Amino acid sequence: MILWQTLRFAAGGLVANKVRSALTMLGVLIGVASVILLLAVGNGSSVAVKESITSLGTNSLTVTSGSSFGGARSASSAKKLTVADAKALATEADPHAVRSVAPVVTAAGTALNGDISYSPGSIVGTYPAYFETANQKVEHGEYFTQDDVLASRKVAVLGATTAKQLFATADPVGRQIVVGGTPFTVVGVLRAKGGTGFTDPDDVLVAPLPTVQNAFTGFGSVNQIMVQAASADSTAQAQSEITRILLGTHAIADPTKADFRISSQTSLLSARESTTKTFTVLLGAVAAISLLVGGIGITNIMLVTVTERTREIGIRKALGAPRGVILGQFLTEATLLSVVGAGLGVLAGIAGSHFRIVGIEPVVIPESVLGAFGIAVAIGLFFGSYPANRAASLRPIDALRHE
Amino acid sequence: MARRALPARPGPGPVRPDRPDTPPPVIRIRRLTKSYGHGDATVHALRGPDDPATGGPLGVDLDIEQGDFVAVMGSSGSGKSTLMNILGCLDVPTGGRYLLDGIDVGHLDEGQLALVRNRKIGFVFQSFNLVPRTTALAQVELPLAYAGVRAAERRRRALAALSLVGLAERSGHRPNELSGGQQQRVAVARALVTAPAMLLADEPTGNLDSRSTEEVLGLIDGLNATGRTVVLITHEDEVARHAKRVLRLVDGMIVSDLRQAPVDGPPPALHRAGVPA
Ligand SMILES: Nc1ncnc2c1ncn2[C@@H]1O[C@H](COP(=O)(O)OP(=O)(O)OP(=O)(O)O)[C@@H](O)[C@H]1O
Ligand SMILES: [Mg+2]
Repeated sequence: MILWQTLRFAAGGLVANKVRSALTMLGVLIGVASVILLLAVGNGSSVAVKESITSLGTNSLTVTSGSSFGGARSASSAKKLTVADAKALATEADPHAVRSVAPVVTAAGTALNGDISYSPGSIVGTYPAYFETANQKVEHGEYFTQDDVLASRKVAVLGATTAKQLFATADPVGRQIVVGGTPFTVVGVLRAKGGTGFTDPDDVLVAPLPTVQNAFTGFGSVNQIMVQAASADSTAQAQSEITRILLGTHAIADPTKADFRISSQTSLLSARESTTKTFTVLLGAVAAISLLVGGIGITNIMLVTVTERTREIGIRKALGAPRGVILGQFLTEATLLSVVGAGLGVLAGIAGSHFRIVGIEPVVIPESVLGAFGIAVAIGLFFGSYPANRAASLRPIDALRHE
Repeated sequence: MARRALPARPGPGPVRPDRPDTPPPVIRIRRLTKSYGHGDATVHALRGPDDPATGGPLGVDLDIEQGDFVAVMGSSGSGKSTLMNILGCLDVPTGGRYLLDGIDVGHLDEGQLALVRNRKIGFVFQSFNLVPRTTALAQVELPLAYAGVRAAERRRRALAALSLVGLAERSGHRPNELSGGQQQRVAVARALVTAPAMLLADEPTGNLDSRSTEEVLGLIDGLNATGRTVVLITHEDEVARHAKRVLRLVDGMIVSDLRQAPVDGPPPALHRAGVPA
């Protein structure tokens, strides 16, 4: 009952100064909303990075030809990667480090379905292991098999974009297309990954390696060898295995003169991820400052309120109001200000996170909502307690004489 | 709040060994002094006679009986309000003792003082001192709320107090919607709603016209007739005529103490009007 009474006194006090209370709440609201929203933006960008990492396949390593020093000087002397290199990797590498190996050739060409013609972003010739390594899953139909590779069958798996361009809504599986003059049977369609960068990962056509070599590139070198490490933790070990074996097959003694490059997309992207973390922390700091400013706003308003109402406090004390009731009233006012302000801030922050902000889809961090709300209320209590305490400890006569 | 308690009142024996048959005085002050400022600028608002030995202030001694009606008079700055604020536990003396109902107020802590103000004392100020933006009813309910009285009971008693001062139909009005006399009557209702044993009024009619003065004094007379102790500050002889006893202060000293009517009888104004006690 006393609690209810205190709440009513406090609400009355706030309503008596509507504009002032509203502006103070606005300060807290902006603080809380910006904490939630800015952290959501930061989080959203790191979630986007994480998604593109998983869409790449976390354990995949790509071996390309060329010196790690780069430049034309070494390119001339560099030995190209071959299917033999891939075979060596598959047979010699420690199976605890390397799970599978897929040589990859890429070509460009035009695919025809009857009189519909389309040029996929890339025509990939590879082994079935490629699908798992590159995290390409078949949505419909089947992958081609090792058997298809050995028999050099003219079968193809289409990326989602390619399938849509050639067949629109019709089912491509089992249909014939002509690629670079060679007829292919479509055996599967890949699941769409969605574009995260400039290149559309779904704009591909994947076929058995010898088939593509036969039709487009010839049986020389391969463009790259994709290696899948046994697990995300063994990528470093896989990397050293690849280096050891390829140095052997390329007959290079000095590892610093290697004519191939191993890149792990994961490491590249995790560097980007740590950048976005820094970004998030910076945004959070800015937001936290605005929350603090909101808290100082509460202190200021409570100080003004207490000063303005010192006489009233004197009257209440003369009527026998215990210290706790006065303290409670002003603390409740401060808390009400911050709770209502923070509550509205949470609503505003969550509502705002439904919009794209500078091209980033914000993802609200649940902890940030609780944290911002909790901190705002704590700030209200903390900063409100100073003026409230000052009010409550006044001697009645001093409060009554206050002008 | 209901758990708050005052220390038990000591037995009458040691307080008044000379007259054990009568109740002890509600108010007993001994060598009470109050001074403001330091050094040469010190103002002795309450000083009493000078100590013949040291030349310093000896302090004010005063006893007020249960049921008495005391008017305190004196020129401006003579220390009347200072005395009253100490009696109402709104201020603390610089020196001396104040026994209220036999309890030494100087030994009470904050919470107990709040309880004394709430339960034992009704204070009426010259400047009304109503809580702004609060209706008359809520105003009168305040002391009851602080005493932890339940809402329904509070409302009933506050309405009863308001109708006693003739303002039942104004219970929804805020202070800025009431005349001065009406505001002072609300203040009186607020002072008497907890049924305190003692009513302290610092120039309650100082801001009122003669008609409102009569109304407020009539209320105070009525309260005294029901056994409440009343201490009232005034500048007007008209008002002082309502009291049973008149004190005169000069420079923080009681210079005259005049009894106009017996403590046990009705207040003189009612007596003159022929109203039985
Ligand atoms: N807070 C204070 N600080 C300093 N001096 C004070 C204070 N309060 C009162 N005084 C001084 O104490 C003396 C007594 O003041 P008090 O208010 O008791 O007078 P009063 O008898 O009530 O006068 P009035 O009839 O004008 O109300 C005065 O000289 C006044 O200046
Ligand atoms: Mg005065």
